[in-house]
Amino acid sequence: MSGGENLLEVTDLVKHFPIKRGILIDREVDQVRAVDGVSFSIPRGQTLGLVGESGSGKSTACRAVLQLIAPTSGSVRFEGEEIAGLSRRRMRPLRQQMQMIFQDPYASLNPRKRIGQIVGDPLRLQGVASGADRRRRVQELLERVGLSAEHYNRFPHEFSGGQRQRIGIARALVLQPKLVVADEPVSALDVSIQAQIVNLLDDLQDEFGLTYLFVAHDIGVVRHISDRIAVMNKGAIVEQGSADEVCERPRDEYTKKLLAAVPVPDPRESRERRQASLGGA
Amino acid sequence: MSAPLLSVDGLRVGFNTEGGLVQAVDGVSFDLRPGEVLAIVGESGSGKSVTAQTIIGLTRSPNARIEGSVKLDGEELVEASDTALRRLRGERVAMVFQDPMTSFNPVYRIGAQIAEAIQAHRGDVGKAEARARAIALLDSVGIPDAERRARDYPHEFSGGMRQRAMIAMALALEPEVLIADEPTTALDVTIQAQILALLEQLNRERQLATILITHDLGVVAEVADRVLVMYAGRVVEQGTLDEIFYDPQHPYTWGLLGSLTRLDRPRPQRLPQISGAPPSLLELPEGCAFRPRCPHEFSKCPQQPPLEARLTEAPGHCDRCWLDPERKREKRQVAGQIGLEAPAP
Repeated sequence: MSGGENLLEVTDLVKHFPIKRGILIDREVDQVRAVDGVSFSIPRGQTLGLVGESGSGKSTACRAVLQLIAPTSGSVRFEGEEIAGLSRRRMRPLRQQMQMIFQDPYASLNPRKRIGQIVGDPLRLQGVASGADRRRRVQELLERVGLSAEHYNRFPHEFSGGQRQRIGIARALVLQPKLVVADEPVSALDVSIQAQIVNLLDDLQDEFGLTYLFVAHDIGVVRHISDRIAVMNKGAIVEQGSADEVCERPRDEYTKKLLAAVPVPDPRESRERRQASLGGA
Repeated sequence: MSAPLLSVDGLRVGFNTEGGLVQAVDGVSFDLRPGEVLAIVGESGSGKSVTAQTIIGLTRSPNARIEGSVKLDGEELVEASDTALRRLRGERVAMVFQDPMTSFNPVYRIGAQIAEAIQAHRGDVGKAEARARAIALLDSVGIPDAERRARDYPHEFSGGMRQRAMIAMALALEPEVLIADEPTTALDVTIQAQILALLEQLNRERQLATILITHDLGVVAEVADRVLVMYAGRVVEQGTLDEIFYDPQHPYTWGLLGSLTRLDRPRPQRLPQISGAPPSLLELPEGCAFRPRCPHEFSKCPQQPPLEARLTEAPGHCDRCWLDPERKREKRQVAGQIGLEAPAP
C-alpha cells in the first residue's frame, strides 16, 4: 500500500499501559491493552467513524494516531510517510496538517484567553502568520464557522456550549490541516445544537477537502457523518465497513448488540420491540 | 383513572441573580398517577431539572422565589417545613441523579451507605437488619453477587453498576414517587438499555410513579406514558407519548423530533436542525420564547400563547402555539417527515 489514495494508514497499532507495583523499585506486573492491534485507513476527503463504548480504546487510538501519546508498536502513515516514533521536533511541522477537536467545549478553551488568541495561537506557534494577517485570518474563520468577527476580543465564558464548540472547530482549522480528528465533538451539546455542529462539520469538509476521523459513542451521529465505520471493542476493531452496511447489515455480534441497544425514537416500534423481547424470553 | 399521587399546579421558580430575576420555571402544571412515567423533555436551561428539584424542596434558598403548589396525596409541599420535607425525601419521593460517579461518598462502602439511609429514616431497624435489606435491594436491581459487592467501595463499581446501586438506594424506603434526572445520560447505550428496562420493571411491579428528566427523545419513546416539553422555563407542549410523537403541535417539538439521527430510516443529506440557540432567561423575547428560532413566526407570535388544548379530539393534549392545527399538520412535514424547515435567510 502506498499513500497515494489514503491520507492516513494505520497498521497494527498497539498501545499498552503498564500497571506498576512496588515502593522503591517499580515492577511492571501487568498491562492494560488499551489499543491492541488496530488497522484502518482513510481515503483523502472521507470520514471514518470510530464507535465503541467507554473503555473500548477509541480515544487512546486517536491520541496514538496523532502521536500525542507514543504507540507501543505499529505503524501510522500520513501521506505515505511513517510518523509513529518520530521525535517531537520532527513531528512539529506535521502537526499543522493534523488537528483535533475535543469533546468538552467547557474544558478545552482556556478561560483566561480571548477568542482571537485561542484561535490564533496555532498560527503564532507554527510561525505561519502574525499581526494583522493573523487577525484577518482568524476573523474570516470565525465567520465561516458561524460566529462573527466581533467575537475576536471576547472570552470563552461569554459563549454557549454550541458556540464554544464552533470556537474549538475554528482553532482546529486555522492551520488548514488535512486531517481532523474529532473526539466526541457533539456529545456534550444540546440536541438542537448537535445537528448544527454536525452540518457545519459536513460543510467544512466539502469546502476545505478535509479528512475526518470522527469518534463517538452515538451510532446515529456517526452513521450520518461517516463514509465508513469501524466498531471498536476491548482495544480491537471488531467490524469495519461502509456506514450503511455496518448499521443495516451488521455481521459481528458485538455490533449487533450495540445497534440493538440504541433507543428508537418511535413509540410504536419500541412497543413492538418490547413485545417481541418479552415473547422471546 | 386513579387519583393523582402528585399534583403540580402553576409552579413558578425564580432566582435573584446579579443580572436580575431569572424565572427558571414559569407556570408548570401536571398530575402524576401511581405506575405512570412522565417524561420532562428539554434542553439545558429549559427548567426541567429545577422543576424536579423544587418538588422535593432542593431549590429552597434565600435567593429563590417559589410560587404555586406541589401536592403529594393532598399534602402541600411548597409550604411544608424543612423537617417535614426531609422526612419525605427518600421515604415518599426519591431522586436519582445523572452522575453516578459523584452521587456516592467515595470513602464508605456501597452497602453501608444504603444501610445508613435506611437507618436514618427507620429508627427501629437494627444494623444487621439494615445491612440485610441493603443487600436484598442491590440484588433486586440486578447486581450480581450482591452480598460480596455490598462491601465494595464506589470506585470498584462500573458506571452502570453505580447507577443501579443509586437506584437501589432510592428504593430503600419504598418511595411512591421516583424522580430520575438524566439517569442514563452518562452511560453507554448497552448499559442504558439495562437501566431503562430496570426502571420499567419497577414501574410495573411496584406501581412506582416516575418523573423522568431527559433530553433524549429515544429514551422517552422507550419508557414514558406522557410527555412534557419545556422551553425557556415554560411548558410548550404536553400530551401522551403517542400524541407528542405522531401529532406534535409545537414547532419546537417538531424541531426536536426532526433533528434526531435515526438508524431506522435512510440517512438524509443534511440533518434537519433548529437554527440559533435557546434564549437567555434574563432577556426573553416578548411573547413566544421560541419565536426567534421559528420559521413559522407570524403576526400573533409577539403575544404569549396560553398553554391550552387546541384539538377537540385530544382534550389532554395542550400546546403554546398560535398556528391553526390544520396548518400545523402541513407545515411540520419536511421531506416526508416531521421536522422544522430551515428558516428563511
